Amino acid sequence: NFSCYVNQYLKIHSSSLIMSRQLHARRIEGVDKNIWVEFTQLAADYQVVNLGQGFPDFSPPSYIQEAFCKAVNGGCSMHQYTRAFGHPPLVTILAKFFSKVVGHDIDAFEDILVTVGAYQALFCTFQALVNEGDEVIIIEPFFDCYQPMVKMAGGKAVYVPLRPVSRGKALTSADWVLSSEELASKFNSRTKAIVINTPNNPLGKVYKREELQLIADLCIKHDVVCISDEVYEWLTYDGAKHVKIASLPGMWERTVTIGSGGKTFSATGWKVGWAIGAGHILKHLKTVHQNSVYHCATAAQEAVAVGFQREYEHFGTPESYFLQLPERLQHKREKLAACLESVGLQPVLPEGGYFMIADISSVKVDLNDPSTQGEPYDYRFVKWLIKEKGLATIPVSAFYSPEHSKDFENYIRFCFVKEDSTLSSAEAILRNWSNGK
Amino acid sequence: MNLTHRSIRSVCHFININCLRNFSSSKGIMTSSRHTNSKRIEGLDKNVWVAFTSVAADPTIVNLGQGFPDIPPPAYVKEGLANAAAVDKLNQYTRGFGHPALVKALSQVYGKVYGQQIDPFKEILVTVGGYGSLFSAMQGLVEVGDEVIIIEPFFDCYVPMVRMAGAKPILIPLRVKCNKKTNIVSSADWVLDPAELASKFTSKTKAIIINTPNNPIGKIFTRDELQMIADLCIKHDTLCISDEVYEWLIYKGHQHIKIATLPGMWDRTITISSAGKTFSVTGWKLGWSIGPEHLIKHLQTVMQNTLYTCPTPLQEAVAQGLLRDYELMGQPDCYFSSLAVELEGKRDRMAAILQDVGMSPIIPEGGYFMCVDVTSLNQDLSHMGDDEPYDYKFVKWMIKEKKLAAIPVTAFCGDASKKQFEKYIRLCFIKKDSTLDAAEAILKNWNS
Repeated sequence: NFSCYVNQYLKIHSSSLIMSRQLHARRIEGVDKNIWVEFTQLAADYQVVNLGQGFPDFSPPSYIQEAFCKAVNGGCSMHQYTRAFGHPPLVTILAKFFSKVVGHDIDAFEDILVTVGAYQALFCTFQALVNEGDEVIIIEPFFDCYQPMVKMAGGKAVYVPLRPVSRGKALTSADWVLSSEELASKFNSRTKAIVINTPNNPLGKVYKREELQLIADLCIKHDVVCISDEVYEWLTYDGAKHVKIASLPGMWERTVTIGSGGKTFSATGWKVGWAIGAGHILKHLKTVHQNSVYHCATAAQEAVAVGFQREYEHFGTPESYFLQLPERLQHKREKLAACLESVGLQPVLPEGGYFMIADISSVKVDLNDPSTQGEPYDYRFVKWLIKEKGLATIPVSAFYSPEHSKDFENYIRFCFVKEDSTLSSAEAILRNWSNGK
Repeated sequence: MNLTHRSIRSVCHFININCLRNFSSSKGIMTSSRHTNSKRIEGLDKNVWVAFTSVAADPTIVNLGQGFPDIPPPAYVKEGLANAAAVDKLNQYTRGFGHPALVKALSQVYGKVYGQQIDPFKEILVTVGGYGSLFSAMQGLVEVGDEVIIIEPFFDCYVPMVRMAGAKPILIPLRVKCNKKTNIVSSADWVLDPAELASKFTSKTKAIIINTPNNPIGKIFTRDELQMIADLCIKHDTLCISDEVYEWLIYKGHQHIKIATLPGMWDRTITISSAGKTFSVTGWKLGWSIGPEHLIKHLQTVMQNTLYTCPTPLQEAVAQGLLRDYELMGQPDCYFSSLAVELEGKRDRMAAILQDVGMSPIIPEGGYFMCVDVTSLNQDLSHMGDDEPYDYKFVKWMIKEKKLAAIPVTAFCGDASKKQFEKYIRLCFIKKDSTLDAAEAILKNWNS
């Protein structure tokens, strides 16, 4: 009996027999929570109309699906390792395409790194450039991964918020701006980099040239690297123009511009991204890449290359997917905004991107859920909306720093890159809820 | 693809000139000293593959260098991918730690192999190749100042990954046993010295990395050898990272044993595998780590902060492939066994070709590489200078003069062991017959 007990004890506590010293590395402390892991699980557990995580529920354009199929059925080499820093046909067309857009001759083999999604490009950039104690400026609200990535690289995140300038009238993302004094005050001798995201997730802001010039001036003055996350670069509305900070004078040599095949071609599951920038910086990203994943999948890169070749030929014409998609999404954006307004939520109309945030202050609900006690208000609201109404969204305070998130617990984020039928279902849920009040 | 452009670049890599730096300076671009690399990647920019694969990509060269098949993957695997890509949902994000269909299939297959239940959601992580699993394990579990024991010759990425984690690689070589009755050397003759191994474990040792079957030698660690390692892991309370990407490529008379199945080892072992090596699709870059929840959860944390999720259609296709072969496990039709049978023939052919020209190959017990001692060729390379080990010079010379590519084995060992391995080159034999024919022709005509 005694030995039975001992065996049971040992089985239950076997993990504590491993390592009297700490198991995990310190670099992953404090970065274990992740909203996507939490909220995608919730959306999967409940039957929901999913306007949460940012991916389309419609198919990628047929020509890109065909390109993938063709690659899969292509020769042997499509299924074996390709060039580690990027499949030659892909880096070649990316260089050709973006040289035109940026106005600078991009070298396919020196200035481009292909990565497993833009996410990995961000990781390589932080790991390549940020040392322990370096400061990295992050503009809030920010795509949530920037903060843990800076932390994991031993850097210190310094936050500067976008703030809405006007109150009381319909807001657009253009009304959310930086204070130039506040921004300037964040730069010091320890600042290694600033991260910008345009079009912005979650707000949808498309930075104007003057706003980028302000940032560029500070980067040049303080000799700082600019990390420009431009995954939504083709999705701008109402004629807003996407400007690449790397195209501003003095910026090519200090900017890493990050792009996404998944967002470009509505195929987020392919995980093909890239970093483009001056070779003397990109080479360090390559070092991280060759010591972490080394290669990206060949067939997906081949398909994205074919996609860009086709877009290069149709650039600026009505056949261009880069014009067709934002046109389609513009209408969906309007549809969702109108719906949200009609039920008393206050949307912030985005100038670009996949998302719309809405102010939930005027909505009063009894969040009768003990399991979410103590969580930020928007987290609780979103979980209530999932469980009680079957509608999934994302809480916006997740895109704010620990310091400022308390001030922004009254917004939730909707993804409108969905079939009209999905948006109609969401509409029906919201109307029923509103009518039932 | 402009071949001349590529050749120029290869030459630059070869003779280590940074062409672009000179070009940039002449254009007057200001490169600030602040935009230098972070400390964690200091000295990690060199890489044997970057140096050799671009040169070997020349189609006139018979490429037995980098480890990938030039034979097609099984048809059902390719079909699986085409089918997956046709489903809308499968072109969008899936679960970060592994597509549900895939982790469930892995749980089935490995549940059978391990003889225990494996939780698909807590005890498995899907990564970008076996490489990605190694990285996640190092970043998640290896602390600055730790020591990590690595057995030479080792797959070359282990050392830079340990260094990038701020830890110190502690190397111990396999050594060839003396007292052989015949001249034929097998990978089984390369062994660890037990006392030497024991001496490498200190209070700073966080983990030992083992690779079985081993790349480049092809050694399959026996149960006794693994038990010796396990005993030390348990005694010193260290972790074991077991790279088993070639786990199915086991030749007759040998058995692959998972160190995680030895008593006391499940709780302290991360076992790494590869879809690329399993299904002959190295370009799919999918792999997985299997281990106890209290270790896997840290690898998952790394995953969610590095690339978040792996491509969906590829994961679905691997899941379908695994389910198909799970049904056939133990039968000759199962790809896990049929590939090994096919490769054994190529192994034996490769060995015969090398022996016929007077070289001494190490016959591998597993994997798809063969190392061979080139001493008997008596190739004088003194004209190539003194700054590189013999095998690097030999391979470069052989590529240029004989149009045959291999990989120098000192790329897989530390400085202290270079003299021990510098007469060896590594050949990959997972190649179609015509490639092996071409290699044979070159070797037969060596002295003409």
